[in-house]
Amino acid sequence: MWVYEKKLQYPVRVAKCDIRMAKYLAEQYGGADGELSAALRYLNQRYTIPDKVIGLLNDIGTEEFAHLEMIATMIYKLTKDATVEELDAAGMGAYYVSHDRALFYQNAGGVPWTATYIQAKGDPIADLYEDIAAEEKARATYQWLIDMTDDVDLQDSLKFLREREIVHSLRFREAVEILKDNRDQKKFF
Amino acid sequence: MSHPQEQTWVPFIGPFDPCPPILCKTYSTPPHLFMTFQPPNLPQFSPEEALRHGTLWPALYSPYESRWGKGR
Repeated sequence: MWVYEKKLQYPVRVAKCDIRMAKYLAEQYGGADGELSAALRYLNQRYTIPDKVIGLLNDIGTEEFAHLEMIATMIYKLTKDATVEELDAAGMGAYYVSHDRALFYQNAGGVPWTATYIQAKGDPIADLYEDIAAEEKARATYQWLIDMTDDVDLQDSLKFLREREIVHSLRFREAVEILKDNRDQKKFF
Repeated sequence: MSHPQEQTWVPFIGPFDPCPPILCKTYSTPPHLFMTFQPPNLPQFSPEEALRHGTLWPALYSPYESRWGKGR
């Protein structure tokens, strides 16, 4: 089970009304390498991974949901007060027709989220290598999102999320080292 | 042994390229790439600084600046 803390992991401030960014941020909400994919991938892999790294997948998978909330907050703030004309002008007319201003799990190009984005191969090394790749791809996505805006407040939250991908990547790399050397010492997490 | 956080490379520029060439391309190389296993007892940020940086360890911190408005 989970215990919920009614606050964001890191503050989300959006200084500029820029509906275009809401559309782009969807990539990290319902995209292939987004936070939903990451959370579901790791939490699902927990069951069939060696005991030593279950806790790691549990912790990181949980944190990804905290990141998902941050992205949701950004998208919500950017769209909640947008008029239909503004949404249409920012390229979100089709989105409005489908969803009004509701959040939906789709990528920046409008493709709905699918379970085929995530894999559970059962081989611990194969699964952890997928996780490392997912973290690096998410890091890159955050870079390109930071590139697409001049809103320093939004950039600040996105930089935090990018740094978390780096830390997670290292933890997964360490998990591979633990499993391949079958180390007995557990002193790191 | 500090590693650069960004690498650069020079792409081929063709004589018939349609757009003004970007002479130098860059990509990010954050510090975790050079650390198979995090060494124990690394220096830590204060809690406030750690939150701001997104990591407890200065050795893992990777800055990134937006390319927006910088013509690249």
